[in-house]
Amino acid sequence: MRGKHIAALRKAVQAGWGVLSNAYVTGFIKGTIYQGPLKNFCVPGMNCYSCPGALGSCPIGAMQSIFDARKRRFAFSVVGYLAAVGLLVGRFVCGWLCVFGLIQELLYKIPVPKLKIAEKPDRALRYVKYAVLLILVFALPFFWRDSLGIGEPFFCKFLCPVGTLEGGVPLVLLRQELRSAVGFLFRWKLILLILTVLASVFIHRPFCKYLCPLGAFYSLFQKISFLRLKLDGDRCVSCGKCEKSCPMEVHVKSDPNSAECIRCGACVRSCPAGALSFSGGAWSMKDPAGGLAKKK
Amino acid sequence: MKRKAKLALAALLLALAVASCLFGVSRGELKTVHRKASTVCLECIGIG
Repeated sequence: MRGKHIAALRKAVQAGWGVLSNAYVTGFIKGTIYQGPLKNFCVPGMNCYSCPGALGSCPIGAMQSIFDARKRRFAFSVVGYLAAVGLLVGRFVCGWLCVFGLIQELLYKIPVPKLKIAEKPDRALRYVKYAVLLILVFALPFFWRDSLGIGEPFFCKFLCPVGTLEGGVPLVLLRQELRSAVGFLFRWKLILLILTVLASVFIHRPFCKYLCPLGAFYSLFQKISFLRLKLDGDRCVSCGKCEKSCPMEVHVKSDPNSAECIRCGACVRSCPAGALSFSGGAWSMKDPAGGLAKKK
Repeated sequence: MKRKAKLALAALLLALAVASCLFGVSRGELKTVHRKASTVCLECIGIG
């Protein structure tokens, strides 16, 4: 019962954040986007700024828009912001504050037989997101320019299914002039979106596991972030329930602060011995819905 | 790495991250973000 309450709390936070950060209702009615001052700031999760409802900016899109190949301009503000978030909470954002993560989780609830990728190829595929971060988000937008000297947001343009789902599809449906401009690129991105949606039905959060550059960036700070998972070795009874419950297939006992952990708390609530807890600088928490306890 | 060393490293990096953020803001990066985010990004939605 307690576990169900925690899971419900996480779903409520995910849904609440999704609604709050996409609350520009006029955009969905008129096919426009919000242009107010909140767009100066980035949300911590993946959320396309061309979504008609988006109130904030997407950090991955913002980073690429600041990179200027002509002037070799680096995105200090966004990189600093994301590093600060990563250092404070690691991939907690992925588990609790990412709209696209929630959408994938809901798709995974469709009752069909699930696909289990063998550990070796699975571990290898998880490195792809670091290549996406390095090549499509950092290197190409920062160094490449066309004959006119203009750079491109490579990740957004060629790979991101979030922009297609949240921005492309609703805007193309709502605006005639965009419908008439649809070409190869839109079809390519639509195919990628359909593949991501289909994969999400059979695999838990495939985009987060294998492709998301934001998850890759946050994971760099996972081992040293202030918010972390703590395993009390004296209490652990080695039942393996934590690892069975982990949707990201983390080896909780040997590596509780793995780069793949999205801090969803499934392991904490599954532990019968109370050996796992979330811990910060001066506090610890047995479960995300429970109270805080000061360290002795 | 010991927990205290990790905390110290995290605190140092956090200070650097905040400084990086403030430096970026001071040279007008928010304006660039706002300009990009307040018009429909044709590349992002697969049109441009």
